[in-house]
Amino acid sequence: MMTNRSSSHRQDYRIISSMIREGATVLDLGCGDGALLAHLKQACGVSGYGVEKDDQKVLSSVKNGINVIQADLEQGLSGFADGAFDYVVLSLTLQTVHETETIIQEMLRVGKEVIVTFPNFGFWRHRVQIFFGKTPVSKELPYQWYDTPNVHVLTISDFEIFCDTHSVRILEKIVLNEQGARINVRPNLFGALAIYRFNRRGL
Amino acid sequence: MNVDVQKSPKAELSLGDVSPQILQFDTSILLKCGMELPEYSITYETYGELNREKTNAVLICHALNASHHVAGTYDGDEKTRGWWDNMVGPGKPVDTNRFFVVSVNNLGGCHGSTGPASINPKTGQPWGSTFPVVTVEDWVEVQARLATRLGIEAFAAVMGGSLGGMQALQWTIDQADRVKHAIVVAAAPKLSAQNIAFNEVARTAITSDPDFYGGDYYAHNVVPRRGLKVARMIGHITYLSDDAMDAKFGRNLREEVLKFNFDTEFQVESYLRYQGDKFADIFDANTYLRITKALDYFDPAAVCDGDLIATLANSKSKYLVVSFTSDWRFSPERSREIVEALVDNNLDVSYAEIESPHGHDAFLMDDAVYHNLVRAYFDRIAAEVAYDD
Repeated sequence: MMTNRSSSHRQDYRIISSMIREGATVLDLGCGDGALLAHLKQACGVSGYGVEKDDQKVLSSVKNGINVIQADLEQGLSGFADGAFDYVVLSLTLQTVHETETIIQEMLRVGKEVIVTFPNFGFWRHRVQIFFGKTPVSKELPYQWYDTPNVHVLTISDFEIFCDTHSVRILEKIVLNEQGARINVRPNLFGALAIYRFNRRGL
Repeated sequence: MNVDVQKSPKAELSLGDVSPQILQFDTSILLKCGMELPEYSITYETYGELNREKTNAVLICHALNASHHVAGTYDGDEKTRGWWDNMVGPGKPVDTNRFFVVSVNNLGGCHGSTGPASINPKTGQPWGSTFPVVTVEDWVEVQARLATRLGIEAFAAVMGGSLGGMQALQWTIDQADRVKHAIVVAAAPKLSAQNIAFNEVARTAITSDPDFYGGDYYAHNVVPRRGLKVARMIGHITYLSDDAMDAKFGRNLREEVLKFNFDTEFQVESYLRYQGDKFADIFDANTYLRITKALDYFDPAAVCDGDLIATLANSKSKYLVVSFTSDWRFSPERSREIVEALVDNNLDVSYAEIESPHGHDAFLMDDAVYHNLVRAYFDRIAAEVAYDD
């Protein structure tokens, strides 16, 4: 499992911090170099932990002053108690995980709310490339077919069907275009990046 | 725990000659076993300089068979280089240009502090079998007293590997106001039955040696060498991984043909015997018995009915917890138990699981990923120390 995160590719930070309550506790899965948590610490006074598998990123997180726990998300979140965090964040990582259902269930168990961001495979630029017979490559999906960490690319529609069939209640949905502007009309076509806040239905 | 596994090749980045110091304590200490020790002396070393505000002190705790001699040499002799010299020194991850490092030979030890081989002032004879069974809590108390004597109100960090890591953890429970960071490496929140079993084999080897004399061998001018040697051989096996042993020795023979007798034939036998002999030369059997007991007894959560989360509830420290993938003595799972209890208390903790083939001994090795991480963590501590000033 890899994260697609780099500090330069962070237009979702602003949106995520707007979704998070002041002083909340946050678990950031696939935290990379810890930049998001560092940002949230500063912007919203949150406390919490990042989870990261890669040695170098763990080191970067420590250098960034972040609490980081080295672990493989694919093994689940058994080290964390039920409802231990106000928010569990999975930023630009959903499309890279193998055990997608398990991870989302685990996030719903550990967090009171979950925030997920992912590149929208249904974005029109991707559709155009597929129409011309190519695997899409874009700012949001910068990899070639042979070197991509993405194993489960998904569209906004795909995700909402998943939520519907997996007892997930969407609390907030924000879609951005490539320039980071909000898209309200036909988001699955014009949206490059999707940000969802959700919890378990019936709560 | 094998103090000889890693000699630093970069002597120029190391401390030069160092010398141990001794402090006499005349205030009695009530030990966990119930016995009161009216007086005792503690041997320790310090490296670097304590800053004016006395905020840059770091305590290094030793494990089963090491000592206060963490770094540097004695009298220019390379063979005397300290057991964690690759970690502690000028420009090292624990940088003595920035930190004032203190290391203590624990009470009950055999490297200068009061222990079973010391003279009991009441009898004029060595303590021997009458020396109390000491615990991690007792050591922490003594270390805290030493800190007070050195004018250190709080340690910027307490660090240790294995049993040393357990002392660092205990510090954050017993001395919550006096430790800002704990670096807990290759440790466990308590020993498993298997861990205790290995210790019991080691102890039985010692106590069944005819030269043991119930622990009062000093009067007979002998030491239970054979027992101590076997104890060390057993211990040594548990510090290495199967793969590491295979890589180092395989089934290699010292000579090319099988001899069909009981001489040392395989390289691994020769190595273990050598390690055992070397250890028997420098270590006291009574100390070994007591330190293995301290390991067995270590269970800080026992005071909270086994609830480690409750045990750590009053901690004010930040933590770095490190484990090694091939360590089967104190495996990563054991470190994760500590991390989970810390997370449940919303305490600041970072945890790294270092990929290493070297088993438990990995904590003493010069591994770039491991050392860079410790270095980065101590950079944070140094920044906090500077900020507080």
